Amino acid sequence: MAETATTLPPAPAREASRFDVKAFLTRYGAWIALALLILVNLAITPNFATWQTLNVNLTQVCAIVIVGVGMTLVIATGGIDLSVGALMAIAGALAPLIFLGKLFPLPHPAIGIALAFVLPVLVTGFLGWCNGWLITHLRIQPIIATLVLFIAGRGIAQVFTNGNLQVFNLPEFQFIGLGRVFGIPFQAVLMVIIVAVAAWMLKRTVFGRQVLAIGGNERAARLAGIPVATVKQRVYLISGLLSGIAGLIVIARNSAADANLVGLGMELDAIAAVAVGGTLLTGGRATVVGTLVGALIIQLVRYTLLANGVPDAAALVAKAAIIVLAVWLQRQGQR
Amino acid sequence: MTASATLKTLQTIGRFGVLLALVALIVFGWLRYENFLGTYNVLSVLRYNSMFALVALGMCFVIITGGIDLSVGSTAALGSVVAALASPYGAVPGLLAGLGAGLIVGACNAFIITRLNILPFITTLATMLAASGCALLLAGNQSVSVSYESGFTELGQGDFLGFPIPAWIAIAAYLLGSLVLNLTSFGRTVLAIGGNEDAARLMGLPANRVKALVYLASGGLAGLAGVILAAQFGAGQPIEGVGWELFAIAAVVVGGTLLTGGVGSVGSTLAGVLLLGLIFNILNFENGLGWISLSAYWQSVIRGLFLLLVVAIQARLSVRAEQTV
Amino acid sequence: MAPLLSMHGINKRFAGIPALRAAELTVEKGEVHALIGQNGAGKSTLIKILTGYYAKDSGEIVFDGRPVAFTSPQEAQAAGISTIYQEINLVPYRSVTENICLGREKRRFGLLDWRSMHAEARALLARFDIDIDVHRPLMAYPTAVQQMVAIARAIGFDAKLVIMDEPTSSLDEREVDVLFGVIRQLKSAGVSVIFVSHKLDELYAVCDRVTIMRDGRTVQVAAMAELSRLDLVTTMLGRELTQVLQEGHKADDDAEAGEPVLKVRNLAVGRKVRDVSFEVHAGEIVGLAGLLGAGRTESVRAVFGADRPDAGTIRLSGAAGAISQPADAIRAGMGFCSEDRKLEGIIPDMSVRENMMLALMPQLAKRGIVDETRSREIVDQFIRRLGIRCSGPEQRIRELSGGNQQKVLLARWLCMNPRLLILDEPTRGIDVGAKAEILNLVRELAGQGLGVLMISSELEEVVEAASRIFVLRDGRTVAELEGDAVNEQTVMAAMAHGHEETREAVHG
Repeated sequence: MAETATTLPPAPAREASRFDVKAFLTRYGAWIALALLILVNLAITPNFATWQTLNVNLTQVCAIVIVGVGMTLVIATGGIDLSVGALMAIAGALAPLIFLGKLFPLPHPAIGIALAFVLPVLVTGFLGWCNGWLITHLRIQPIIATLVLFIAGRGIAQVFTNGNLQVFNLPEFQFIGLGRVFGIPFQAVLMVIIVAVAAWMLKRTVFGRQVLAIGGNERAARLAGIPVATVKQRVYLISGLLSGIAGLIVIARNSAADANLVGLGMELDAIAAVAVGGTLLTGGRATVVGTLVGALIIQLVRYTLLANGVPDAAALVAKAAIIVLAVWLQRQGQR
Repeated sequence: MTASATLKTLQTIGRFGVLLALVALIVFGWLRYENFLGTYNVLSVLRYNSMFALVALGMCFVIITGGIDLSVGSTAALGSVVAALASPYGAVPGLLAGLGAGLIVGACNAFIITRLNILPFITTLATMLAASGCALLLAGNQSVSVSYESGFTELGQGDFLGFPIPAWIAIAAYLLGSLVLNLTSFGRTVLAIGGNEDAARLMGLPANRVKALVYLASGGLAGLAGVILAAQFGAGQPIEGVGWELFAIAAVVVGGTLLTGGVGSVGSTLAGVLLLGLIFNILNFENGLGWISLSAYWQSVIRGLFLLLVVAIQARLSVRAEQTV
Repeated sequence: MAPLLSMHGINKRFAGIPALRAAELTVEKGEVHALIGQNGAGKSTLIKILTGYYAKDSGEIVFDGRPVAFTSPQEAQAAGISTIYQEINLVPYRSVTENICLGREKRRFGLLDWRSMHAEARALLARFDIDIDVHRPLMAYPTAVQQMVAIARAIGFDAKLVIMDEPTSSLDEREVDVLFGVIRQLKSAGVSVIFVSHKLDELYAVCDRVTIMRDGRTVQVAAMAELSRLDLVTTMLGRELTQVLQEGHKADDDAEAGEPVLKVRNLAVGRKVRDVSFEVHAGEIVGLAGLLGAGRTESVRAVFGADRPDAGTIRLSGAAGAISQPADAIRAGMGFCSEDRKLEGIIPDMSVRENMMLALMPQLAKRGIVDETRSREIVDQFIRRLGIRCSGPEQRIRELSGGNQQKVLLARWLCMNPRLLILDEPTRGIDVGAKAEILNLVRELAGQGLGVLMISSELEEVVEAASRIFVLRDGRTVAELEGDAVNEQTVMAAMAHGHEETREAVHG
């Protein structure tokens, strides 16, 4: 069939119009779903339209969105990153060790806090780069290459902290998770900035376009002179950096770092947000803003169910159904 | 290196590499620790690892077809809860209930993957969430005690002919699995699909049906593992099973099964399970000696490194095979 | 005696476009029948209709004395038609026995009876004098043996008709001899064979009769012995020998001067390219001619750094270092349009603008940020200059017709100001009007000093456009034709016979 497909004339008008409806749904389906969810909530959930509801939902969704942005870029190249949750745990374990002075003596507390922001993120970025190296140089499938750190990463974090809970109270550091700017949680501001920068990068920079070109047709991209290996490695590097930031936010929010729990299940949440947001899981078409919307949808569904007395566990089943439905709809739209 | 030499190396790693590592580890433990090969230690290692062995067996079949099943951990948790709920009615109803729960999850996977044509990875990720949600719902967010009167706990804690019953179950499952893979056309079709799905279809083999059955079996085995979990620890545990899928994948891969599908063996998967299980056991003994103190957390680091090593070797060899063929 | 197979008046359309028009194919019992034709001539469609892969629109098929209409390859196999595909469609990791017996296993007490399956596999292979360990995985054996296993599997189904689709493309000469031995054995056992190949030597060595297809029609059926090589090539390409030489408007011959832009000597890549040499000067269109499988595409891919050559030298004037990947080639001033637009050319979900700017984008960018204004100017300019029909630069490229997609891909390279442009089948799957436009454009560009290396299976095109043609045959350069010597007659002669015999064919 493939050989004849190239010589096909343009599809007749009737089919074209049907395709448009599908294209419209694949494109704006997530937005429509989000709007519907908000409307439903306005109708049935008491006290929904309040500042507090917004803040609660935003803080719940921040870490997922930040990790989801990195995941979006990875998936846009046609890959996957399972190690994000484990990387969050590593960053979350390292930061307290640094600012509590357990790793090395600190000349000044301020330096400790600065290093606690920078070093963990650099470490997770480096580990992300290692994922990319395995994928591009050893040609290991992304799912397996990142599985290694998925398994070992949390163990590394646990070994650092000996599995102990690290409790702390350090407002300067915790600003990243608890601080507010004009009443808006700082983490939400950070999230919006990251989403905006990533969306801009994907759209306007050479790197962003090359990411999409690789996901869209890797062979063509290579023949057009795009440095496929370099671009892919950078994408995993970015995913690692963002996971580190998310890890810091989570421990700051909790005033405690528990290597057993930080980022647990995050890879699933991030992939779910990406899929629901309308990014093609096979690569080549990606929307960072869509990932934000996808994460909000998943969070809002959970919130709606909880606020209306449905147990949290049932929300998991709903999330599963949403993922399958979103991917299935995506496939339908492609045909 | 020629393609045949490559394959030979791969198979040697698969068949004997893991066995050699296992033997080396056992000899190491035997020389170093008192009671390492004592009846108590051996039997408890077998008892504990039999659940992982069951999950890994299902995973082995799935991976041979070139797929993956991330839902096995939650499915086992669901199985343990359902079995615990059914345990007052006796050992057999408890067993069947847990198995049935696993089969239902497996059937969902099979349907979504073969009918809706959604990638196994995404599908089982979703069912992983769903199974875990169902387990929490049924259990009411806490562990469910099993009935100790009905004889259900024998399934996990009992012995038969001086050998733990869970280990008997696992051994029976592996014998059956080996028989199916090697001596039935179903098993050979599983291998053919993983080797080249298009070719398998052109050969007229029922690829979709076989794939569906493989996911069904994986779900069923995970459910069975859940039954043993509940019986062994006296409770159905809705939040257990986190990370089991990765343990299973690691065991299968360390056993030399190719992640791209088409090559694999049931026996070396068992060896992979025991190898990864013994690492944990030896860490315990090592800490008992008191020379060095390695926390239990090292085990996942070591497992990850094992996985990395095996995958890197596989990748090097297959890159070379590509260049020479 | 009635023929084993007769396909009569077969019609087939894909989305309204005829792929077969009253095609005919008759195969006698115990004969080896060659089926040849260019890409798109309809031979694979015809075979796929026979084996039940496609349904025919009209026509009748009589096989073994009764009318048939298979609906699946399995059905055709059950009736005695076995197909061996070009790419060996077996499972490499599994044992030889499994590859032969899968799908019709022997059982004892409900379990597989490995002993009798091994015995059957050995017995089947013994018919071809192949004595190998059937327990070992298929990939442990060389390609030729794998091909034999595929054939053993095929005839193990008690085939009456075996279809071989380019079975020799991955075999070396010695292995081909073994295969031919097998074909002769099949023949003497009364099995018929349909043999698809582009290598003339092979056709003459093993086939009894030939069916030649062109544009979906059966244009000639003849005994192999009665047809000269030149006649065969001529009929296949649809050119009459008596046709007058095209005087053609060549690219300006005067432009050719000085050092060549590209000089390739004794290139070898894998099995397909053994000893290829050619060169391209500035302002010159050079054609690479040859039948399918002659090694044209493989050669130019190596030149562009897409594949790694095993031997030979590739010298690009002014190139700094060695070319080991496409990015190097592009930096050195090369552009390459692949023969497979869909698989290796377009990024379907991206816009016309982005597809066009893909290679230039990094150079145009300031600090890594895409220069939208400049890129839009350039794209607008090329859309106008090449006459690309699209709703605008932001339209997705997948929605464009093949010809317009190709123009976008040409523009992808032209905006880089290359010194050498490699075009692999630039007009494949493109309608007549767009074809002419593209060829005119290429000529114009050469006139401005661009070196062009062009591959086309449409001989007419190459002869018309190129001022110099290198003819490849079985991975070797067999002729270099220049000036007056460039005409369809000489090229076809070289494709059919190689250089030595060309002179005889032309002058004799």
